[in-house]
Amino acid sequence: MANDSRRVIPIKVERPSSLTDGEQAAVQQACHEWQDKPGALLPVLHAVQGAIGFVPADALELIAKALNLSRAEVHGVVTFYHYFRTQRGGRHVVHLCRAEACQSLGAAALERHAKRSLGVDFHGTSADGAVTLEPVYCLGNCALGPALMIDEELKGRVSPERFDELMQSLRAEAR
Amino acid sequence: MSTLKVYVPCDAASRSMGADATAHALAAEAARRGLEIQLIRNGSRGLLWLEPMVELEVAGRRHAYGPVQAHDAASLLEALQGAGGQAPEHPLAHGPTEKIPYLERQQRLTFARVGITDPRSLDDYLAHDGYRGLKAALALTPAQIVERVTASGLRGRGGAAFPAGIKWKTVLGAPGGQKYVVCNADEGDSGTFSDRMVMEGDPFVLIEGMTIAGLATGADRGYIYLRWEYPDARRALEAAIQAAYQAGFLGGNVHGSGRPFDLEVRTGAGAYICGEETSLLESLEGKRGQVRFKPPLPALAGLFGKPTVINNVITFASVPIILDRGAEFYKNFGMGRSRGTLPLQLAGNVKRGGLIEVAFGMTLREILYEYGGGTLSGRPIRAVQVGGPLGAYMPESQFDTPLDYEAFASRSAMLGHGGIVVFDDTVDMAAQARYAMEFCAIESCGKCTPCRIGSTRGVEVIDRLVAGENAGAQEVLLRDLCETMTYGSLCALGGLTPYPVISCLNHFPEDFVKTKSAQASA
Repeated sequence: MANDSRRVIPIKVERPSSLTDGEQAAVQQACHEWQDKPGALLPVLHAVQGAIGFVPADALELIAKALNLSRAEVHGVVTFYHYFRTQRGGRHVVHLCRAEACQSLGAAALERHAKRSLGVDFHGTSADGAVTLEPVYCLGNCALGPALMIDEELKGRVSPERFDELMQSLRAEAR
Repeated sequence: MSTLKVYVPCDAASRSMGADATAHALAAEAARRGLEIQLIRNGSRGLLWLEPMVELEVAGRRHAYGPVQAHDAASLLEALQGAGGQAPEHPLAHGPTEKIPYLERQQRLTFARVGITDPRSLDDYLAHDGYRGLKAALALTPAQIVERVTASGLRGRGGAAFPAGIKWKTVLGAPGGQKYVVCNADEGDSGTFSDRMVMEGDPFVLIEGMTIAGLATGADRGYIYLRWEYPDARRALEAAIQAAYQAGFLGGNVHGSGRPFDLEVRTGAGAYICGEETSLLESLEGKRGQVRFKPPLPALAGLFGKPTVINNVITFASVPIILDRGAEFYKNFGMGRSRGTLPLQLAGNVKRGGLIEVAFGMTLREILYEYGGGTLSGRPIRAVQVGGPLGAYMPESQFDTPLDYEAFASRSAMLGHGGIVVFDDTVDMAAQARYAMEFCAIESCGKCTPCRIGSTRGVEVIDRLVAGENAGAQEVLLRDLCETMTYGSLCALGGLTPYPVISCLNHFPEDFVKTKSAQASA
């Protein structure tokens, strides 16, 4: 035992970040912009997701440090809100409304159709990487349902046929 | 001859039906024909089944055409050119906009400008009575402003219907330097879009209302907590806030009064619970959106622990007209203790869905049939859910209920934020009850047990009930669970989820035994 007394047990193993230089810069930029303002964490997470497309696990450490929070606190916030993604999504994110007003016009059937035609469940990304399918609870287009949102573009009266047309145009875009 | 004004809404609902393509097509077609037009992107009039609804201003009067798709642009402008200065006849024509019965019969106070003005133009806002409420408020003491709001009878339009004046008075009287004004723009209830339409169609009225709240309570900083699902509203608000700063209506010296008010938009991240005021405040502070214990009330210890006025978009947007036209003017609309107007949102399976601002007191039946024209599917209406996912499902026998907070409460229902979702006779009410529990489980913040665990158990009990596994005992269990959630939950999410569930069970019991009868007949 005496021999071991001088052994240093590291309390934290530094491991290399998986973030690219560009991603790291985006996180730092978001923190720099907001860190002096009250209630900064959500705006920072929005900025990070806006720049990178999701909130990478290795960004949490940087954000926590900048905002003087623990990594656990940041993790707790990221995972509380449905909007924040912790995995990279497809080139487009399609939010499909599951709420009552859209249900009254066939949202459940549209949901089955969407999952089948994209070959994914909710939160999944189509095999060609074009589309990530997410559920959403109301897009405020309740008189023109069923509704969905492609990135930030709202669509109304989406029949299964119209869904296929919309998806086709997303998939046909230059990669 | 003056330039012809052509209005094509920039509202998200209108854009979701192709308004941008219509606007481009009209501009291109006009250029091709050498026709000089001024294209204005207005808010939506709220006749949503006609979107994209184009208006042509002929001889100073606006005429409606809809739904106008891009491929209709040529025929519309051709008809216009051949009309010789008259409103052109066209298969999509609906006559003068103001004379469309759906619009003509409304009492638009809060929505007075929505669909009429260009929401990006502060000049347009000022030309249509904008900022008159603020100017009136600047001549009053804070206590007098609060007094006017109290006297108008305005109650919180977010759903809970708490008198706005009393809330403001509490904040005004609260000790402490820093105070805040927070707008709850986390409009998460399915079937509601009035907040969105105001923010996109007349953002300045919200800014004006919040500024008046700041003057009334001594708060010099405001936040609009906006759900991420409304990107168009965010752009509209940010543009309007910038314009208001430039014109001196926000900032260190509001309209030369020497009093400061700063305002910014913060974006939510997809959590229904953040529509609950204390959860919203937590979220604004950068935390998980978990509900707080009350007391203390947010009016005394709200955002960052400071006294905070927190109201819904429609509440703030109703304040300028009260200050401008007086408390009596506003109070003369309505019935009983529900004063003023309520912007209803008619949604779901309905032929003519849209925004209907009327005085309290009209019956549900009038709204559903006279305005709505029945279902879109053409089948009979079986149930309507009023007040969002926490509102009761009402059967035909309750359609004569007047739209009034107390009348709804006496029927174990709620008016909430004024959303009305229509279902035809193909709806499975057991599935709707199950969804109510499922939604609660998905959106529960997890702080209290009845909501967090009760909702999941609720889904399971409904599944067993519908499967006919000892159904009598399951129903007793479900009712008992609902009672526990009602009385044991910390906030309205767990506390009101039993409303839709129990209303389905009481009014549509036959839907919960269908498997059994299906089994028997098989």
